[in-house]
Amino acid sequence: MDLDLAAAKSGSMDGAYDEWKVGPDATRPHWRVLDGMLSGPAADIARRRERAQGLLRETGVTVHLLGDPAGIDRPWQLDPVPVPIAASEWAGIAAGLVQRARLLNALLADLYGPRTTLEEELLPPAVVLGHPGYLRACRGIRPAGGPFLGIYAADLARGPDGRWQVIADRTGAPAGLGYALENRQAVARVLHDEFRASPVEPLLPFLQALRDLLGRMSPVRHEAPRVVLLTPGPWHETYFEHAYLSRHLGCTLVESEDLTMRDERLFLKTLDGLKPVDVVLRHIPGPAVDPIELNADTRVGVAGLVQAARAGSVALLNALGSGVLQAPALAPFLPVLGRRLLGEELLLPSADSWWCGDEQAARHALAQPRGLIFRSSYDPFDPGVDGDTLDGERLKALAAQIEDRPHAFVAQRRPMPSLVPVAREDGSLVSRPVVLRAFLVAKDGGYVVMPGGLARFRDDAVAPAGPVSEMQGVAGGSKDVWVLAERQAAAAAPVRTPAPPVTPTRGGRDLPSRVADNLYWLGRYIERCEDITRMLRVAFASAESGIQAGAVDVAAIPLLCRPLGLPPAAGTAGTAETLAQLARHHFDPAKPAGLRGTVDRVQRAAAAVRDRLSIDTWRILQHLGAKVSALTPAHAGDFGDIQARLDAVLLSLDAASGLAMENMTRGLGWRFFDTGRRIERAQHVIDLLAGATDGDEAEMGPVLDLLLSVLDSVMTYRARYLSAPQYLPVLDLLLCDETNPRSLAYQFMVLAEHVENMVAFRDTARPRPEQRLMIFLAGTVRTADVEVLARAAEDGGRYQLSELLEVFRSRIWELSEVITREYFTLAGRRATPWRHASLP
Amino acid sequence: MRYRVRHVTTYTYSSSVQVSHHAVRLCPRATPWQSAASPVLSLRPEPTALGTWQQDYFGNPVLFFTIQQSHSAMTVEAETLVEVMPPLPVDPRATPPWETVRARLRRPRGTEEREAVEFLFDSQRLAQHHTVTAYARESFPPGRPILAGVLDLTRRIHADFTYDPTATDVDTAPAEVIRLKRGVCQDFAHLEIACLRALGLPARYVSGYILTHPPPGGEKLVGGDASHAWVSAFVPGSGWIDVDPTNNTLARDEHVTLAWGRDYDDVSPLKGVVIGGGDHSLAVTVDVSPVRD
Repeated sequence: MDLDLAAAKSGSMDGAYDEWKVGPDATRPHWRVLDGMLSGPAADIARRRERAQGLLRETGVTVHLLGDPAGIDRPWQLDPVPVPIAASEWAGIAAGLVQRARLLNALLADLYGPRTTLEEELLPPAVVLGHPGYLRACRGIRPAGGPFLGIYAADLARGPDGRWQVIADRTGAPAGLGYALENRQAVARVLHDEFRASPVEPLLPFLQALRDLLGRMSPVRHEAPRVVLLTPGPWHETYFEHAYLSRHLGCTLVESEDLTMRDERLFLKTLDGLKPVDVVLRHIPGPAVDPIELNADTRVGVAGLVQAARAGSVALLNALGSGVLQAPALAPFLPVLGRRLLGEELLLPSADSWWCGDEQAARHALAQPRGLIFRSSYDPFDPGVDGDTLDGERLKALAAQIEDRPHAFVAQRRPMPSLVPVAREDGSLVSRPVVLRAFLVAKDGGYVVMPGGLARFRDDAVAPAGPVSEMQGVAGGSKDVWVLAERQAAAAAPVRTPAPPVTPTRGGRDLPSRVADNLYWLGRYIERCEDITRMLRVAFASAESGIQAGAVDVAAIPLLCRPLGLPPAAGTAGTAETLAQLARHHFDPAKPAGLRGTVDRVQRAAAAVRDRLSIDTWRILQHLGAKVSALTPAHAGDFGDIQARLDAVLLSLDAASGLAMENMTRGLGWRFFDTGRRIERAQHVIDLLAGATDGDEAEMGPVLDLLLSVLDSVMTYRARYLSAPQYLPVLDLLLCDETNPRSLAYQFMVLAEHVENMVAFRDTARPRPEQRLMIFLAGTVRTADVEVLARAAEDGGRYQLSELLEVFRSRIWELSEVITREYFTLAGRRATPWRHASLP
Repeated sequence: MRYRVRHVTTYTYSSSVQVSHHAVRLCPRATPWQSAASPVLSLRPEPTALGTWQQDYFGNPVLFFTIQQSHSAMTVEAETLVEVMPPLPVDPRATPPWETVRARLRRPRGTEEREAVEFLFDSQRLAQHHTVTAYARESFPPGRPILAGVLDLTRRIHADFTYDPTATDVDTAPAEVIRLKRGVCQDFAHLEIACLRALGLPARYVSGYILTHPPPGGEKLVGGDASHAWVSAFVPGSGWIDVDPTNNTLARDEHVTLAWGRDYDDVSPLKGVVIGGGDHSLAVTVDVSPVRD
C-alpha cells in the first residue's frame, strides 16, 4: 500500500477532504470494513482489480458501443475499492436530495404551467426562455399518471470543509443506474468476504420502486400496462444501460421507428400487429421526441407523441421538457425558489455559482476569476473555460463575450472533490477526486433515494472541471458506493449477488418489427460468415493438397471464385495468385463483402439486438471479431497459419449458432433469426450447384469433392456410398435429401415451417405470398426427378438443372423481399416543407 | 382592406404513403389590426383524424391531422376572408435608443416586456454567428433610436442582397446567406432577426401573405402570389412593428399575418412527417384578392 502522496499534494487537490484517512496512519471508522483489503498485499489488490475488470468484460458492460470511431465498444472501468458511507451521513444526503427532487418537480410544474416563478421574478426569464431544452409546445401538458420528475439523479462532491454539495442535476434521462447496478454485482463477487461481513444497503428495492412507478403511471388501468424503454439506438454511448434496464424492468426496448401514432394513441409495431403503449421510459432527449411539434430534424422521434402526451393517452418518464432543469444557470436561484415553492430552506447546497445575466454577479465573477469555471448557462456538458487559465487578453475576450450575451454564461466555483483510494494495475493505491451520482425515484408523493450510487473518478488526479462528462468522456473509472446500515451484519441474511428479480409481464417481450429485422440479418450474416469461412478453408487447404483435412484437388478451386466474390477470371490466374486475391479480398477490413467486412456486419446486427442475445452469445461474437482481425492480406503466403485461424473463426461461428439454437426461446425472434440463416444457406447451395452443372461425369471428380467438402457433407456421403463421388448421388444428397441439414430441400422444409408460424400471427384467410412461395419451393424440390436433372446433354450441359436452380434463386430472393415488406418496418421521414419564397 | 386568400398545397409522392402526420398553420391569427374567420379547409384524401383549431404556444391557430390510408398525393386547400387595418405611424426618431431597449429587456418588467424576451434568444434555426453580429452593428451606432436602426437594417438587407430562389433552400442559415448575398424572403427575414438578436433586441418571424400588384398594364396572374415572411421588431412604447426586408417597407394593410414565432420552424404553414412515399414533389399556389364592398 503506497499512497501516491505526490499526486495527493499536487496543486489543485491540496486541502481536499480525504474520505479514507484522517492522518498518515488513521482511517475513518466506516472504512474499517475494507481494512483487510486495503492493508493487504498489493498483489491481492491487483488480482481483485483484474477480476473486477474481467467480470465486467465478460458481462459485456460497455460504453459508447458504435458511436466511437476508434472501436466498437469500450469496456466499462470499475475500481474494486468501493466508497463506504456511514448510514448517519447518508441520511443527511438523502434528505437533502429528496427535498431537491421535490423542489425541481414543483419548478417543472410551474414552468410548464402558470410560470408564476417568472411573473414573480424569482427566476429571470432568460434562464428558462433562453434554454434550448425548454419545450414551448409542452407548456400546458399535465403528465398523465405521475409527477413531472419521476426519476432524478444528482452529482455530488464533498468539499474541503467536509460538506456535500450538488454540482450537477440530471433531470432529463439520467444515465448511470444500470452501470451502478452492474458495479455492485461485480464488486459483491470480487470483495465477497468484505461484502458479506458488512451491512451494505441493497440496491434492488430501488429498482422495484422504479418498476412500481412505471406501472402506476399508466393512464389506462389494467393488469399489465405496456411499458417501453425508448432508446436512440445501439450507437448511443449508454446503449448498454438501456438494454440492461429494459431487461431488468421487464419492459420492451424500442427505438422510435418501432412506435407509431394512431388517433392520438401511441402504439408499438410488433409482428402480431399494433399494441397500445401505456408508459414510455424516455432515454432520448426531450427536443428530439417529436418532429411535428418539436425539433423537425430529429431522427429519433415519433410524429405526434406530443399530441398523445397532451391528450393524456400515454405517460412519459420523465415528462417532456424536464431537461430544462439541468441548466447550470439555475443553481443560484434554487434557495429562493425553495422558500417560495416549498417554504423550506435547502438542506443540500449547490456549488457556488454566479449567473452572468445578473450584471452584479457577472462583475463579481470577472473580477475574481480564479477558482471559477465560466460555462454555458444551459448546456450541462459544456466543459467551459477555467478561470485560472485566463490571462489579461483572454479575460478581456471572455468579458466581451459575456457583455454580448450575458444570459448565456454562468460562473461556477470549481469543485474540489474529496479523495478516495484507487487501485492501480500493480495493486498500489493512489488518491483520486471522486464525484457521486445518486439516483431518486418518485414514490408516494415524495421520493426514495437509492442507498448507493455511481462513484466516478478521473485518472489524472485533476479535480473534474465541472461535472464528469456523461458516463466516461475522460479517462477514468467508476466505483461502487456502499451505504453501511447501522445494524450489524450479524443477522447474516444469506447475501446473494443482487441479480435483480424479474417479474414476468405480459407486455414485456413484445417483438418489435425492427428487432425481427435485425435478428433476420444477424442470422443471414452469421451464415454468410460461415459459408465464406468454409470455402476459404477448403481453398487454402487445397494449396497444400493431401496434407490438410478437407483439401481437394486445386483444379476445383476456380469454382469457388464466384461464390467468394472474385471475377471468374481469377480462377485462371494460377493457384498461388488466386489465393493471394482471395486473401486481399477477404482479409481486408475495408472490403465490405469480404470475410472481415461480413464479421463487422454480424457485430453491428448483434449490437442492435443486444438485449435479445444471451451474454454468452454476445461474448462469442465479440471474440469472433478478435479472431478474424488476426487475418490480414499479408498472411496470404502462410497457408498453415491461415488454416489455423480460419478453424478458430469457424469454431466461434459454430458456437454462436449453437448457442442461438440452445438459448433463444423458440419464439418469433428465433424464427426470424433462423429464417435469415436458412435463406442465406439456400442461396449458398444454389450458388455452388449452379457453378457445377456443366461437365462430363468422368472429369468432375474434383468438383464433386469440393461440393461435398464445402457443404460439410463428406462424412454423410462416405457413410452411404463407398465409391468415389458421382454426380447423381452427390446431387441427390445436396439438392433433394431432406435428412441432410446442408441440402437445399432441408432449408426449404425448415423455411416452410417458419413461414407457417409467422403467418399464424396475421389474420388472413387466403394463403399469403410468403406461404405460396414456400409451398412452391418445398413442393418443387420434393417432386424433382433427380435422375433427369443429373443427366448431362451431349455437350456436357445439364440444362434442366440450371433452369431449376435459377427458378429457386429468384424465388428465394422474392421470399426475402416479401418478408422484408410484410414484417419489417418503414421509418418515417420529414416531408420537405415548402419555404417562404415570395417575390419581392 | 379586405382580402380573400386561397392557398393550395399539393404533395405528390413517387410511391404510396401509408401514414402521414401534419400540422397546419393556415388560419390568420386575430390581432388588434386584423380580423379573420376560420378558413374553409379542404383536405384530400380525407384525414383519418382531424383536430380542431387550437392555439399554439405563441397564440397562433394550429390544426393537426393524420391520414392513415395509403395515398400517393395530398392536397391542402385553405380559403379565408381577412380584414387588415393599417398601423398607426410611428416616428422612428422618437423611439428609445437601442441600448436602452437591450438593457431593459435584460431585466424585463411587466407582461409586454416578459413576452418580448421570448424572442430574444437563439432558436433552432437562428444561432449566433460573428459575421451576422458584424453585419448588424453597422446599422446600430451608439445612441441610434431603435426603429431608425431597424429601418436602416431593413434597407441595407434589401440593397445588399439579391432575390434568388435557386441560391438557398429551406435550411440555409443566416451566416451562409451573408456569404452568398442572395436568398428569398425567408432568408432575409431570418437574417434580419438574427441581426437584431445578436444585438440583444427581440425580433419575431412573421408568416403570411402580401398583396402583389400586376405590372403596369398587365393582368394579375391567378396563383401567382406566394406565401411571404417578414420581421416584427419590439419597440417599447409602440409595441411590435412589422418590417419587410424583401420589399424594404413597413407592413401596412397589404400584409396578411398568419402566425408568428421565433423562426420559420415555429410557424411553418404546413409541417409533415410521412411514412413511405419515396421521393416527393411539392406545388404551392396562392391567390390574394382584394374584396371590395
